[in-house]
Amino acid sequence: MQPRRQKRLLAILVVIALLTGAVGAMLYALQQNIDLFYTPSQLIDGLGNDKVKPQIGQRLRIGGMVVVGSVKRDPNSLQVSFDLVDTGPLVHVTYKGILPDLFREGQGIVAQGTLVDATTIEANEVLAKHDEEYMPPEVAEAMKGIKHVPPSQLDASTNKPTQGSY
Amino acid sequence: MFKWLHPYAKPETVYQLCGRFYPWLIALGVVLLLVGNIWGLAFTPADYQQGDSYRIIHIHVPAAIMSMGTYSAMAIAAFIALVWQIKVAQWSVLAIAPVGAIYTAIALITGMAWGKPMWGTWWVWDARLTSELVLLFLYLGVIALSGAFSDRQTGAKAASLLAIVGVINLPIIHFSVEWWNTLHQGASLTKFAKPSIDPSMLWPLLISILAFKVIMLALVCLRLRTAILLNEQHRPWVKNLVEAQ
Repeated sequence: MQPRRQKRLLAILVVIALLTGAVGAMLYALQQNIDLFYTPSQLIDGLGNDKVKPQIGQRLRIGGMVVVGSVKRDPNSLQVSFDLVDTGPLVHVTYKGILPDLFREGQGIVAQGTLVDATTIEANEVLAKHDEEYMPPEVAEAMKGIKHVPPSQLDASTNKPTQGSY
Repeated sequence: MFKWLHPYAKPETVYQLCGRFYPWLIALGVVLLLVGNIWGLAFTPADYQQGDSYRIIHIHVPAAIMSMGTYSAMAIAAFIALVWQIKVAQWSVLAIAPVGAIYTAIALITGMAWGKPMWGTWWVWDARLTSELVLLFLYLGVIALSGAFSDRQTGAKAASLLAIVGVINLPIIHFSVEWWNTLHQGASLTKFAKPSIDPSMLWPLLISILAFKVIMLALVCLRLRTAILLNEQHRPWVKNLVEAQ
Protein backbone atom coordinates (compact mmCIF):
# COMPACT_ATOMS: atom_id res chain seq x y z
CA MET A 1 0.00 0.00 0.00
CA GLN A 2 1.23 3.49 -0.73
CA PRO A 3 2.55 5.35 2.33
CA ARG A 4 -0.01 8.11 1.75
CA ARG A 5 -2.90 5.66 1.87
CA GLN A 6 -1.34 3.88 4.81
CA LYS A 7 -1.27 7.17 6.70
CA ARG A 8 -4.93 7.89 5.92
CA LEU A 9 -5.93 4.35 6.90
CA LEU A 10 -4.07 4.69 10.19
CA ALA A 11 -5.59 8.10 10.91
CA ILE A 12 -9.14 6.81 10.34
CA LEU A 13 -8.56 3.70 12.43
CA VAL A 14 -7.20 5.83 15.27
CA VAL A 15 -10.23 8.14 15.07
CA ILE A 16 -12.60 5.15 15.19
CA ALA A 17 -10.71 3.55 18.08
CA LEU A 18 -10.68 6.76 20.14
CA LEU A 19 -14.32 7.41 19.46
CA THR A 20 -15.33 3.86 20.35
CA GLY A 21 -13.45 4.25 23.61
CA ALA A 22 -15.09 7.60 24.33
CA VAL A 23 -18.60 6.38 23.59
CA GLY A 24 -17.99 3.17 25.51
CA ALA A 25 -16.81 5.09 28.57
CA MET A 26 -19.77 7.46 28.30
CA LEU A 27 -22.31 4.63 28.07
CA TYR A 28 -20.60 2.89 30.97
CA ALA A 29 -20.84 6.04 33.09
CA LEU A 30 -24.49 6.54 32.14
CA GLN A 31 -25.34 2.87 32.57
CA GLN A 32 -28.01 3.36 35.19
CA ASN A 33 -29.57 6.35 33.51
CA ILE A 34 -30.13 4.58 30.20
CA ASP A 35 -32.33 1.90 31.74
CA LEU A 36 -35.92 2.79 31.02
CA PHE A 37 -37.24 1.41 34.30
CA TYR A 38 -36.40 -0.06 37.68
CA THR A 39 -37.18 -3.71 38.22
CA PRO A 40 -38.92 -4.51 41.53
CA SER A 41 -35.70 -5.97 42.99
CA GLN A 42 -33.72 -2.89 41.91
CA LEU A 43 -36.32 -0.66 43.49
CA ILE A 44 -36.23 -2.43 46.83
CA ASP A 45 -32.60 -3.58 47.07
CA GLY A 46 -31.05 -0.55 45.36
CA LEU A 47 -29.37 -0.11 42.00
CA GLY A 48 -25.77 -0.80 40.97
CA ASN A 49 -22.75 -1.33 43.20
CA ASP A 50 -23.67 1.54 45.52
CA LYS A 51 -27.17 0.19 46.09
CA VAL A 52 -28.75 3.55 45.34
CA LYS A 53 -32.40 3.48 46.27
CA PRO A 54 -34.93 5.91 44.83
CA GLN A 55 -36.43 8.38 47.29
CA ILE A 56 -40.04 8.61 48.37
CA GLY A 57 -41.83 11.08 46.13
CA GLN A 58 -39.45 10.49 43.23
CA ARG A 59 -40.95 10.02 39.78
CA LEU A 60 -39.79 6.81 38.19
CA ARG A 61 -40.71 3.91 35.99
CA ILE A 62 -41.10 0.38 37.25
CA GLY A 63 -41.15 -2.69 35.01
CA GLY A 64 -42.06 -6.25 35.92
CA MET A 65 -44.53 -9.09 35.60
CA VAL A 66 -48.06 -8.61 36.88
CA VAL A 67 -48.47 -11.17 39.67
CA VAL A 68 -51.22 -13.65 38.87
CA GLY A 69 -54.23 -13.10 41.11
CA SER A 70 -53.09 -9.67 42.32
CA VAL A 71 -55.18 -7.48 39.99
CA LYS A 72 -57.98 -5.75 41.88
CA ARG A 73 -60.40 -3.55 39.99
CA ASP A 74 -62.76 -1.09 41.63
CA PRO A 75 -66.19 -1.92 40.13
CA ASN A 76 -67.29 1.74 40.18
CA SER A 77 -64.24 3.50 38.74
CA LEU A 78 -61.16 2.93 36.64
CA GLN A 79 -59.10 2.46 39.80
CA VAL A 80 -56.97 -0.67 39.61
CA SER A 81 -54.18 -2.07 41.73
CA PHE A 82 -51.77 -4.92 41.16
CA ASP A 83 -48.41 -6.31 42.23
CA LEU A 84 -45.29 -6.50 40.08
CA VAL A 85 -42.46 -8.99 40.43
CA ASP A 86 -39.25 -9.94 38.67
CA THR A 87 -37.19 -12.44 40.61
CA GLY A 88 -37.51 -11.30 44.20
CA PRO A 89 -39.74 -8.94 46.14
CA LEU A 90 -43.13 -7.55 45.10
CA VAL A 91 -43.92 -3.92 44.32
CA HIS A 92 -47.46 -2.65 44.61
CA VAL A 93 -48.85 -0.37 41.91
CA THR A 94 -52.05 1.66 41.99
CA TYR A 95 -53.40 3.24 38.82
CA LYS A 96 -56.47 5.10 37.71
CA GLY A 97 -57.01 5.07 34.00
CA ILE A 98 -57.32 2.92 30.93
CA LEU A 99 -55.02 -0.08 30.73
CA PRO A 100 -53.50 -1.16 27.40
CA ASP A 101 -55.11 -4.15 25.66
CA LEU A 102 -52.13 -6.37 26.35
CA PHE A 103 -52.39 -5.78 30.11
CA ARG A 104 -53.17 -9.03 31.87
CA GLU A 105 -51.95 -11.14 34.76
CA GLY A 106 -48.58 -12.68 33.98
CA GLN A 107 -47.83 -9.96 31.40
CA GLY A 108 -44.77 -7.72 31.56
CA ILE A 109 -45.67 -4.06 32.00
CA VAL A 110 -43.92 -0.74 32.57
CA ALA A 111 -45.60 1.80 34.84
CA GLN A 112 -44.57 5.41 35.29
CA GLY A 113 -45.49 7.20 38.48
CA THR A 114 -44.51 8.46 41.90
CA LEU A 115 -43.02 6.38 44.67
CA VAL A 116 -45.41 6.88 47.60
CA ASP A 117 -43.70 4.50 50.00
CA ALA A 118 -40.83 2.02 49.76
CA THR A 119 -42.82 -0.58 47.85
CA THR A 120 -45.82 1.32 46.44
CA ILE A 121 -46.05 3.33 43.26
CA GLU A 122 -48.91 5.55 42.26
CA ALA A 123 -48.83 5.26 38.48
CA ASN A 124 -50.15 7.75 35.98
CA GLU A 125 -49.21 5.71 32.91
CA VAL A 126 -49.16 1.96 32.39
CA LEU A 127 -47.55 0.51 29.25
CA ALA A 128 -47.61 -3.12 28.22
CA LYS A 129 -44.39 -4.88 27.30
CA HIS A 130 -44.49 -7.93 25.09
CA ASP A 131 -41.80 -10.46 24.35
CA GLU A 132 -40.18 -11.35 21.05
CA GLU A 133 -42.15 -14.55 20.57
CA TYR A 134 -44.77 -14.63 17.87
CA MET A 135 -46.96 -17.65 17.20
CA PRO A 136 -50.52 -18.53 16.24
CA PRO A 137 -53.00 -19.08 19.12
CA GLU A 138 -53.16 -22.86 18.58
CA VAL A 139 -49.36 -23.17 18.81
CA ALA A 140 -49.31 -21.04 21.97
CA GLU A 141 -51.94 -23.24 23.53
CA ALA A 142 -50.09 -26.41 22.64
CA MET A 143 -46.68 -25.11 23.73
CA LYS A 144 -47.45 -22.96 26.72
CA GLY A 145 -50.90 -24.11 27.72
CA ILE A 146 -52.17 -20.53 27.75
CA LYS A 147 -55.32 -19.16 26.31
CA HIS A 148 -55.16 -15.43 26.06
CA VAL A 149 -58.39 -13.57 26.39
CA PRO A 150 -58.76 -9.98 25.27
CA PRO A 151 -59.94 -7.76 28.17
CA SER A 152 -63.11 -6.92 26.25
CA GLN A 153 -64.18 -10.55 26.62
CA LEU A 154 -63.32 -10.77 30.31
CA ASP A 155 -66.07 -10.86 32.86
CA ALA A 156 -65.29 -7.78 34.96
CA SER A 157 -66.36 -9.22 38.31
CA THR A 158 -64.60 -12.58 38.14
CA ASN A 159 -61.70 -11.85 35.78
CA LYS A 160 -62.69 -15.06 33.96
CA PRO A 161 -63.50 -15.29 30.27
CA THR A 162 -67.17 -14.92 29.44
CA GLN A 163 -68.90 -17.95 27.97
CA GLY A 164 -68.20 -18.82 24.38
CA SER A 165 -64.96 -16.90 23.97
CA TYR A 166 -61.58 -18.47 24.13
CA MET B 1 -4.27 -8.99 -4.64
CA PHE B 2 -7.16 -6.72 -5.45
CA LYS B 3 -6.13 -6.15 -9.05
CA TRP B 4 -9.33 -7.76 -10.37
CA LEU B 5 -11.24 -5.00 -8.57
CA HIS B 6 -9.47 -2.16 -10.34
CA PRO B 7 -11.70 -1.96 -13.43
CA TYR B 8 -14.68 -1.40 -11.10
CA ALA B 9 -13.18 1.84 -9.84
CA LYS B 10 -13.74 3.30 -13.30
CA PRO B 11 -16.97 5.32 -13.39
CA GLU B 12 -17.89 4.23 -16.91
CA THR B 13 -17.70 0.53 -15.99
CA VAL B 14 -19.76 1.05 -12.84
CA TYR B 15 -22.31 3.06 -14.81
CA GLN B 16 -22.82 0.22 -17.25
CA LEU B 17 -22.78 -2.43 -14.53
CA CYS B 18 -25.47 -0.59 -12.55
CA GLY B 19 -27.52 -0.16 -15.70
CA ARG B 20 -27.35 -3.88 -16.36
CA PHE B 21 -28.28 -4.84 -12.80
CA TYR B 22 -31.03 -2.29 -12.18
CA PRO B 23 -33.96 -3.80 -14.16
CA TRP B 24 -33.34 -7.27 -12.67
CA LEU B 25 -32.97 -5.96 -9.15
CA ILE B 26 -36.05 -3.78 -9.23
CA ALA B 27 -38.20 -6.52 -10.80
CA LEU B 28 -36.98 -9.11 -8.30
CA GLY B 29 -37.41 -6.67 -5.42
CA VAL B 30 -40.99 -5.76 -6.31
CA VAL B 31 -41.99 -9.42 -6.76
CA LEU B 32 -40.40 -10.40 -3.43
CA LEU B 33 -42.02 -7.45 -1.69
CA LEU B 34 -45.46 -8.33 -3.05
CA VAL B 35 -45.08 -12.00 -2.14
CA GLY B 36 -43.63 -11.34 1.31
CA ASN B 37 -46.01 -8.57 2.28
CA ILE B 38 -49.22 -10.05 0.92
CA TRP B 39 -48.38 -13.39 2.47
CA GLY B 40 -47.42 -11.74 5.74
CA LEU B 41 -50.22 -9.20 5.94
CA ALA B 42 -53.09 -11.33 4.68
CA PHE B 43 -52.35 -15.04 4.94
CA THR B 44 -50.31 -15.68 8.08
CA PRO B 45 -52.17 -16.67 11.26
CA ALA B 46 -52.82 -14.00 13.88
CA ASP B 47 -50.52 -13.83 16.90
CA TYR B 48 -51.68 -15.45 20.14
CA GLN B 49 -51.13 -12.25 22.12
CA GLN B 50 -51.28 -9.37 19.72
CA GLY B 51 -53.90 -10.61 17.30
CA ASP B 52 -53.68 -8.97 13.90
CA SER B 53 -51.67 -5.97 15.09
CA TYR B 54 -48.42 -7.91 15.00
CA ARG B 55 -48.65 -8.11 11.18
CA ILE B 56 -46.90 -4.75 10.88
CA ILE B 57 -43.78 -6.75 11.77
CA HIS B 58 -43.59 -7.68 8.09
CA ILE B 59 -42.79 -4.05 7.27
CA HIS B 60 -41.26 -2.84 10.51
CA VAL B 61 -38.56 -5.49 10.93
CA PRO B 62 -37.33 -5.51 7.29
CA ALA B 63 -37.12 -1.70 7.34
CA ALA B 64 -35.30 -1.69 10.68
CA ILE B 65 -32.82 -4.42 9.72
CA MET B 66 -32.10 -2.80 6.38
CA SER B 67 -31.78 0.66 7.92
CA MET B 68 -28.76 -0.74 9.74
CA GLY B 69 -27.56 -2.88 6.83
CA THR B 70 -27.73 0.12 4.51
CA TYR B 71 -25.76 2.17 7.00
CA SER B 72 -22.96 -0.41 7.09
CA ALA B 73 -22.86 -0.40 3.28
CA MET B 74 -22.64 3.40 3.32
CA ALA B 75 -19.88 3.35 5.95
CA ILE B 76 -17.84 0.79 3.97
CA ALA B 77 -18.16 2.97 0.86
CA ALA B 78 -17.12 6.00 2.92
CA PHE B 79 -14.11 4.12 4.28
CA ILE B 80 -12.97 3.16 0.77
CA ALA B 81 -13.58 6.71 -0.39
CA LEU B 82 -11.45 8.22 2.35
CA VAL B 83 -8.55 5.76 2.34
CA TRP B 84 -8.22 4.90 -1.35
CA GLN B 85 -9.94 8.04 -2.63
CA ILE B 86 -12.00 6.24 -5.21
CA LYS B 87 -14.51 8.62 -6.71
CA VAL B 88 -17.21 6.03 -7.33
CA ALA B 89 -17.10 5.04 -3.65
CA GLN B 90 -17.46 8.70 -2.73
CA TRP B 91 -20.52 9.13 -4.90
CA SER B 92 -22.10 5.93 -3.66
CA VAL B 93 -22.02 7.27 -0.09
CA LEU B 94 -24.37 10.02 -1.20
CA ALA B 95 -26.35 7.59 -3.38
CA ILE B 96 -26.96 5.30 -0.40
CA ALA B 97 -27.75 7.88 2.30
CA PRO B 98 -31.31 8.92 1.29
CA VAL B 99 -32.38 5.29 0.76
CA GLY B 100 -31.19 4.41 4.24
CA ALA B 101 -32.83 7.50 5.71
CA ILE B 102 -36.18 6.49 4.22
CA TYR B 103 -35.83 2.95 5.58
CA THR B 104 -35.06 4.35 9.02
CA ALA B 105 -38.09 6.64 8.81
CA ILE B 106 -40.29 3.69 7.77
CA ALA B 107 -38.97 1.66 10.72
CA LEU B 108 -39.65 4.51 13.15
CA ILE B 109 -43.13 5.32 11.82
CA THR B 110 -44.33 1.71 11.63
CA GLY B 111 -42.82 1.14 15.06
CA MET B 112 -44.83 4.04 16.47
CA ALA B 113 -48.00 2.77 14.83
CA TRP B 114 -47.32 -0.62 16.38
CA GLY B 115 -46.44 0.79 19.80
CA LYS B 116 -49.65 2.73 20.24
CA PRO B 117 -52.07 -0.23 20.23
CA MET B 118 -49.70 -2.74 21.86
CA TRP B 119 -47.64 -0.83 24.40
CA GLY B 120 -50.10 1.99 24.86
CA THR B 121 -47.83 4.79 23.69
CA TRP B 122 -46.51 6.20 20.42
CA TRP B 123 -43.07 6.87 21.74
CA VAL B 124 -40.97 6.22 24.77
CA TRP B 125 -37.34 7.31 25.21
CA ASP B 126 -35.95 3.86 25.71
CA ALA B 127 -32.52 2.89 24.42
CA ARG B 128 -33.71 1.08 21.28
CA LEU B 129 -36.06 3.78 20.06
CA THR B 130 -33.65 6.59 20.86
CA SER B 131 -30.66 4.97 19.15
CA GLU B 132 -32.76 4.27 16.04
CA LEU B 133 -33.77 7.95 15.99
CA VAL B 134 -30.07 8.86 16.26
CA LEU B 135 -29.51 6.67 13.18
CA LEU B 136 -32.04 8.77 11.26
CA PHE B 137 -30.21 11.93 12.36
CA LEU B 138 -26.90 10.41 11.26
CA TYR B 139 -28.31 9.77 7.78
CA LEU B 140 -29.74 13.28 7.61
CA GLY B 141 -26.41 14.62 8.91
CA VAL B 142 -24.50 12.84 6.14
CA ILE B 143 -26.88 14.27 3.52
CA ALA B 144 -26.77 17.77 5.01
CA LEU B 145 -23.01 17.82 5.55
CA SER B 146 -22.28 16.85 1.95
CA GLY B 147 -24.20 19.90 0.80
CA ALA B 148 -22.88 22.27 3.46
CA PHE B 149 -19.64 23.18 1.69
CA SER B 150 -19.32 25.26 -1.44
CA ASP B 151 -16.66 22.81 -2.59
CA ARG B 152 -18.34 19.50 -3.38
CA GLN B 153 -15.17 17.50 -2.70
CA THR B 154 -14.78 18.88 0.83
CA GLY B 155 -18.44 18.27 1.55
CA ALA B 156 -18.25 14.68 0.38
CA LYS B 157 -15.16 14.10 2.53
CA ALA B 158 -16.82 15.51 5.64
CA ALA B 159 -19.94 13.43 4.98
CA SER B 160 -17.83 10.29 4.59
CA LEU B 161 -16.10 10.93 7.88
CA LEU B 162 -19.43 11.36 9.64
CA ALA B 163 -20.70 8.14 8.03
CA ILE B 164 -17.69 6.23 9.39
CA VAL B 165 -17.91 7.77 12.84
CA GLY B 166 -21.63 6.92 13.02
CA VAL B 167 -20.93 3.19 12.67
CA ILE B 168 -20.53 3.20 16.44
CA ASN B 169 -24.30 3.55 16.70
CA LEU B 170 -24.97 0.21 14.97
CA PRO B 171 -23.88 -2.11 17.80
CA ILE B 172 -25.62 0.23 20.23
CA ILE B 173 -28.90 -0.18 18.33
CA HIS B 174 -28.48 -3.92 18.05
CA PHE B 175 -27.53 -4.61 21.66
CA SER B 176 -29.63 -1.88 23.29
CA VAL B 177 -32.35 -4.38 24.15
CA GLU B 178 -29.83 -6.63 25.89
CA TRP B 179 -27.66 -4.07 27.65
CA TRP B 180 -30.42 -2.03 29.17
CA ASN B 181 -34.01 -2.33 30.36
CA THR B 182 -36.14 -1.25 27.45
CA LEU B 183 -39.81 -1.27 26.57
CA HIS B 184 -38.86 -2.70 23.19
CA GLN B 185 -38.69 -6.49 23.20
CA GLY B 186 -35.54 -8.45 22.39
CA ALA B 187 -34.54 -9.71 18.97
CA SER B 188 -36.70 -12.42 17.40
CA LEU B 189 -34.17 -13.21 14.71
CA THR B 190 -30.57 -13.88 15.69
CA LYS B 191 -27.92 -15.71 13.79
CA PHE B 192 -27.12 -18.38 16.31
CA ALA B 193 -30.41 -19.14 17.99
CA LYS B 194 -33.62 -20.65 16.74
CA PRO B 195 -35.91 -17.78 15.78
CA SER B 196 -38.56 -17.13 18.42
CA ILE B 197 -41.17 -16.62 15.75
CA ASP B 198 -43.35 -19.39 14.46
CA PRO B 199 -42.28 -20.86 11.06
CA SER B 200 -45.66 -19.93 9.55
CA MET B 201 -44.85 -16.26 10.24
CA LEU B 202 -41.10 -16.50 9.72
CA TRP B 203 -41.01 -17.23 5.99
CA PRO B 204 -42.93 -14.19 4.77
CA LEU B 205 -40.80 -12.10 7.13
CA LEU B 206 -37.57 -13.44 5.65
CA ILE B 207 -38.88 -12.84 2.12
CA SER B 208 -39.79 -9.27 3.04
CA ILE B 209 -36.33 -8.68 4.50
CA LEU B 210 -34.76 -9.93 1.27
CA ALA B 211 -37.16 -7.73 -0.71
CA PHE B 212 -36.11 -4.62 1.22
CA LYS B 213 -32.48 -5.50 0.61
CA VAL B 214 -32.91 -6.04 -3.13
CA ILE B 215 -34.96 -2.86 -3.51
CA MET B 216 -32.25 -0.94 -1.66
CA LEU B 217 -29.64 -2.27 -4.08
CA ALA B 218 -31.84 -1.37 -7.06
CA LEU B 219 -32.41 2.19 -5.82
CA VAL B 220 -28.71 2.63 -5.08
CA CYS B 221 -27.86 1.44 -8.63
CA LEU B 222 -30.29 3.98 -10.03
CA ARG B 223 -29.02 6.83 -7.86
CA LEU B 224 -25.38 5.96 -8.45
CA ARG B 225 -25.90 6.07 -12.23
CA THR B 226 -27.36 9.54 -11.93
CA ALA B 227 -24.50 10.65 -9.68
CA ILE B 228 -21.91 9.30 -12.12
CA LEU B 229 -23.51 11.11 -15.05
CA LEU B 230 -23.71 14.34 -13.04
CA ASN B 231 -20.10 14.21 -11.92
CA GLU B 232 -18.67 13.02 -15.23
CA GLN B 233 -20.76 15.22 -17.48
CA HIS B 234 -17.71 16.81 -19.11
CA ARG B 235 -16.03 13.51 -19.90
CA PRO B 236 -16.03 12.33 -23.51
CA TRP B 237 -17.73 8.99 -22.72
CA VAL B 238 -20.76 10.78 -21.29
CA LYS B 239 -20.90 13.08 -24.31
CA ASN B 240 -20.74 10.06 -26.61
CA LEU B 241 -23.49 8.44 -24.60
CA VAL B 242 -25.75 11.48 -24.91
CA GLU B 243 -25.08 11.83 -28.62
CA ALA B 244 -25.82 8.16 -29.20
CA GLN B 245 -29.29 8.57 -27.69
